[in-house]
Amino acid sequence: MSAILEIRDLHKQYKNVNAVNGISFEIEKGTCFGLLGPNGAGKTTTIEMIEGITPPSSGEIRYKGVPNNPQFRHEAGIQFQSTALMDYLKVIEVLELFGGFYKNSLPIEKLVEQCALSEFLHHPASKLSGGQRQRVLLAIALINDPEIIFLDEPTTGLDPQSRRNFWNLINNIKNLGKTIVLTTHYMDEAESLCDQLVIVDKGKIIAEGTPQALLNEHFGVSYICLRDGDLSPDQFDQFEVTSTEKNEITIISKNLESTLQQLINCGANLSALQVRNPTLDDLFLKITGHSLRD
Amino acid sequence: MKRILSLFLARNKEYYRDRASLIWSFVMPPLIIAVVALAFSRGEQPLFRLGVLGETTAEISQKIDQKGVQVIRYDDQEEALQKIKYHQIDLLIQPSTEQFWVNPISQKSDFVKTLFIDHASFESGTSNWQENTVSGNKVRYVDWAIPGIIGMNLMFSSLFGIGYVIVRYRKNGVLKRLQASPVRPIEFLTAQILSRLIIMIIVSAIVFMVANFILDFVMLGSYFNLFLVAVLGMLSLLSLGLIVASRLANEEFANGLLNFFAFPMMLLSEVWFSLDGAPQWMSTISSCLPLTHMVQSARAIMLDGAGLADISHHLLVLGLMTMVFMIIATSIFRWRES
Repeated sequence: MSAILEIRDLHKQYKNVNAVNGISFEIEKGTCFGLLGPNGAGKTTTIEMIEGITPPSSGEIRYKGVPNNPQFRHEAGIQFQSTALMDYLKVIEVLELFGGFYKNSLPIEKLVEQCALSEFLHHPASKLSGGQRQRVLLAIALINDPEIIFLDEPTTGLDPQSRRNFWNLINNIKNLGKTIVLTTHYMDEAESLCDQLVIVDKGKIIAEGTPQALLNEHFGVSYICLRDGDLSPDQFDQFEVTSTEKNEITIISKNLESTLQQLINCGANLSALQVRNPTLDDLFLKITGHSLRD
Repeated sequence: MKRILSLFLARNKEYYRDRASLIWSFVMPPLIIAVVALAFSRGEQPLFRLGVLGETTAEISQKIDQKGVQVIRYDDQEEALQKIKYHQIDLLIQPSTEQFWVNPISQKSDFVKTLFIDHASFESGTSNWQENTVSGNKVRYVDWAIPGIIGMNLMFSSLFGIGYVIVRYRKNGVLKRLQASPVRPIEFLTAQILSRLIIMIIVSAIVFMVANFILDFVMLGSYFNLFLVAVLGMLSLLSLGLIVASRLANEEFANGLLNFFAFPMMLLSEVWFSLDGAPQWMSTISSCLPLTHMVQSARAIMLDGAGLADISHHLLVLGLMTMVFMIIATSIFRWRES
């Protein structure tokens, strides 16, 4: 597979702040690529430099191997983090407006079906709910039948059900063979959608790979969770206990069977026992020493 | 072209649906016209006004040195005849040829005649003075003010109509979204200008026709020339609005800046009163304002029947202003707040 997008040593400096500090990566065609990191990590600045909205201070961006490729604007679909729509236009009129900007645009009916817009197609665009507006913005991003689609925190601020629905839409687009570039600060979103990830913090990439490879590389362990009080504190030193937060004792296990046997031997109460795999949240905490939501 | 058309149509729909602005643009100008028509309908001038064409003689000088008579000198016969025709002077005399002109429709005209022309000798035929008549209805204040009022409305509509929308769209991210599409700034700005221009032409034409039906304005020139002046005037004002809106993302500041341009024009562009006797500096400022050229040429067309050649200097200035403003606006335009 060939890289549709190559980013080399990208920098962006605002006055005294290095928002992006030497980021490089490649995105393979047809994959979903995730930029993951906390708020203020430089995700949006990075994605907007690629989109051509913000000029980089230095670095190189190649689309299909060509720097400043004039085709990019016609072949890219873009959804910003927050965009207002025209005040007095209906949803269908907004779609018609944006459709008019491109040489080839998808039929409105197809977008309506793809993004589930039929319920509010004739509503004023300024009076939609958060989830509805994100779907309209996704439809606008798809209107030119783009090869590559940029989604900047598309589910931020949505309720859990709307988020799940939105993930389904993104998965459908992925199945059409489109390349997707996604920024998010939700680990579950990145795990659920992305084939490749870079984890960004303070303008730099601190880890990259597939979600699974990242977890295997950094962990290769399981997490055993017990209710607080189910294991007496004087026995903690027999195990690798990472946290005792939220009335929960979390034990890291390199060998699940032997750890469980050990717990039984200690006489621990296992009635509330849970075993889970490490998440990207755990990974982020491990790499940076601070949680994603800090 | 397809992109401009899409933006143009979308903007028209937005304007049409913005009921408050739509109603306002139809209500405000007739309201002002009505107020002016009512307030000045009986506003007669207390003075008699005598026009003197060319050099005066000792005999006439002696006669005209009377209280209550304002004397206005003219060198151009055409201009002087227009003045008597529209009751702006009551009598016109030309001492060098011993001719005078009266307007038979004006009562004052007949009266002033008796002050200057020896009645007995004139009636008996022994006077050398020759009487001429120039008929025409009085130019009311409302006739004089109407080009100013419509011009002022076009000015506000041009500056604020285009400025506000762009600033708001920059503030809420609509412009950023357009930036990410293949739309170029010049296409976006052209669509905004065309949409506003056509909407204003339609609104103003309706307002003009309705007001004309009720008040029956003096209209001596060609409607086509008036249309041309309106279009050129609006283009210059729209492009001025674009300069203001080229970078701002703060509606309050944009409002202040637009008023900074709008208010001097409202006061110094001869919308409400002539600056004939005003200090030089005021006239100089006035001549730098696009609205002045628009109003003066519209007034010349309507009241004096001026042709394109007569107002060519105004048209030239408006054209140049439009070009310069457009070049500035497109070169400093930014999709996003810098």
